[in-house]
Amino acid sequence: METRSSEFKENATRALHDAELQRALENVPRGFIQRRLAARDRLPEFEALRDEARAIKDHTLAHLDLYLERYEAKVRASGGHVHFAADGAEAKRIVIEIARRLGARSVTKGKSMVGEEIELNEALSAAGIQPVETDLGEYIIQLRGEHPSHIIAPAVHLTRDQVEADFRAAHAHLPRERNLDEAAKLVHEARLVLREKFIGADLGITGANFLVAETGTSIIVTNEGNGDLTQILPKAHLVLTTIDKLVPTLEDVATLLRLLARSATGQDMSCYTTFSTGPRRPDDPDGPEEYHVILLDNGRSAILGTPFQPMLRCIRCGACLNHCPVYQAVGGHAYGWVYQGPMGAVLTPSLIGLDKAGQLPNASTFCGRCEEVCPMKIPLPGMMRHWREREFERHLQPAAARYGLKLWAFLAERPALYRLATRLGNRALRLWSRGRPRMSMVPLAGGWTRFRDFPTPEGATFMDQWQGRRSNG
Amino acid sequence: MADRDHRSVLFSRIRQGLGVSGDEPARRRAVDERVSRHSRNLVPRRGQLERSARIALFRTMAEGVHATVAEAEGPAEIPALIAAYLRQQNLPSRVRHGDDPLLSELPWREGAPAVERRSGRAEPADEVSVSRAAAGVAESGTLILLSGPDNPTTLNFLPETHIAVIKGDDIVASYEDVFDRIRSAYGTGRMPRTLNMITGPSRTADIEQRLELGAHGPKRLHIIIVNSSPEPQPTGGHP
Repeated sequence: METRSSEFKENATRALHDAELQRALENVPRGFIQRRLAARDRLPEFEALRDEARAIKDHTLAHLDLYLERYEAKVRASGGHVHFAADGAEAKRIVIEIARRLGARSVTKGKSMVGEEIELNEALSAAGIQPVETDLGEYIIQLRGEHPSHIIAPAVHLTRDQVEADFRAAHAHLPRERNLDEAAKLVHEARLVLREKFIGADLGITGANFLVAETGTSIIVTNEGNGDLTQILPKAHLVLTTIDKLVPTLEDVATLLRLLARSATGQDMSCYTTFSTGPRRPDDPDGPEEYHVILLDNGRSAILGTPFQPMLRCIRCGACLNHCPVYQAVGGHAYGWVYQGPMGAVLTPSLIGLDKAGQLPNASTFCGRCEEVCPMKIPLPGMMRHWREREFERHLQPAAARYGLKLWAFLAERPALYRLATRLGNRALRLWSRGRPRMSMVPLAGGWTRFRDFPTPEGATFMDQWQGRRSNG
Repeated sequence: MADRDHRSVLFSRIRQGLGVSGDEPARRRAVDERVSRHSRNLVPRRGQLERSARIALFRTMAEGVHATVAEAEGPAEIPALIAAYLRQQNLPSRVRHGDDPLLSELPWREGAPAVERRSGRAEPADEVSVSRAAAGVAESGTLILLSGPDNPTTLNFLPETHIAVIKGDDIVASYEDVFDRIRSAYGTGRMPRTLNMITGPSRTADIEQRLELGAHGPKRLHIIIVNSSPEPQPTGGHP
């Protein structure tokens, strides 16, 4: 999708002033944080599982080429097709080729962030094929022409009132006087409308939460059952996924599943975890006749062997978003691309380039909650720091920040000068304050005081106080 | 570029990133061993209970995610339990089920004379389905359903009401126990086309984080546990 990550500051400012968005964002902590905590506390082994999960993914990534070979061979042995794509353009070409060969006019889709990443819907529409998002959240934002604001709750930025208005506009064939005053009625209406789409689709596209090398199986995890209707009803099931979803065995999947739903929604298990292996078998009464997997790279292989490799452990639970004070304040759209919150701040620069995503690693208070809750123990704050260092090295920060840091470094390396400068600064601030404990305006510090007061220094500088104490003591 | 070339480009990029050639015997051995041993990682103790406690936990967990549960003292009781459930929920007396012997050989005429039955895959107009779960996982109240000639997957998703029948003996502690059964029934490294893990009826919280049941899949999930070892045994399609 189109990138607006470089406009993070502007996006964030707009988000903070959007009253409707702020109302919707109140649902994030209420919905996710307490439930995750309760689910974690119900499972004494939770912390030990995190260590095991990290080891599973680290082992897989270190042997990724070999597990991919095995996985590919297994998919082919079960009658499925495997396609490799280096980038989004290649993946879209393959999807459209398959859709055209099937004579597909309508395609149902399960929620897929990889699909968002490569703008698959736009490509399908351009080819004259209608894409229908079937996850309720994705369906809502497709009606609105928006992008997801949360990797697992795409419409979390919207209120019920907004969804009602969208449904009234989009479902104009339904009686105008119908009652849609509660969420349950909206869910029911979406169910009826999408039923027709499921039944009429020629091709079903899902993503994958995991790929199993042992068996050539792709796995999706959903609560609605939309991913299942997407894959069992049409002639063909196409799995659009990336190489980092691989795990060695079914036992490894079990470990990751125990962490995924608990970290994401606070459920012990999501309602539907579906293991798909090849197309329908000769005597099967239903299921897709063709099964395709597109294994997309789109920048993942370039992360291997770099300090950012741990990011490829990510299982997309969204816990780091839910617990992030920055995400809670500005929502997901401010991040300007597919991935939001701390995982987005780390992954986006890797996938689209630091120059286009430069502000994201700065969208952090370094409170560390993201790393604390990450089921895969990804050191997110550490990696954001890595990006900040690279940003500095590559002169991508604003001039004021660069020169400010340089000036500070110059002084910090010269202790006598540093003490003199802080002493002068201290005195100047106290003079300026005229005895007030905090100041709402300080010359050259407008960027700070526009949003909060500047505290007046109390007494001498730290170094002077320290010296005084030592000589007195 | 042909698919073939994309494949080799991708593999060489991965190997370059990892600093490997792909021919290292130690790496190949590590992968071979991990897959052929498929060792268990840490399995939570929660489900590791003796039979009756395991079944009780399965029931508690399933009810905790809004499934309803009934228990039968033998397969002969199943049709009457289904008829009673349909009446109680005010549902039409018409069900669709697969040809799994556990279901097709039940005394339907005696136990549920008013219930009209059709077999085969689900059609959009079907309101109630009955399917046979190959296993249940006590740890999370999860049903395991396997696709096969007698067990259409559409039954698990299309109708608004899904009734699943499971033998008490098939309720195991963990997902790992299920995978062992799959390997012994299908062969190592093989799977049915579709394995569904189902934990409660369909739901969504996509509108303001409020839980609503019946998003796209069934609104109601009713589980019937058959406690004594039933006859006849299933023939194929199941471990």
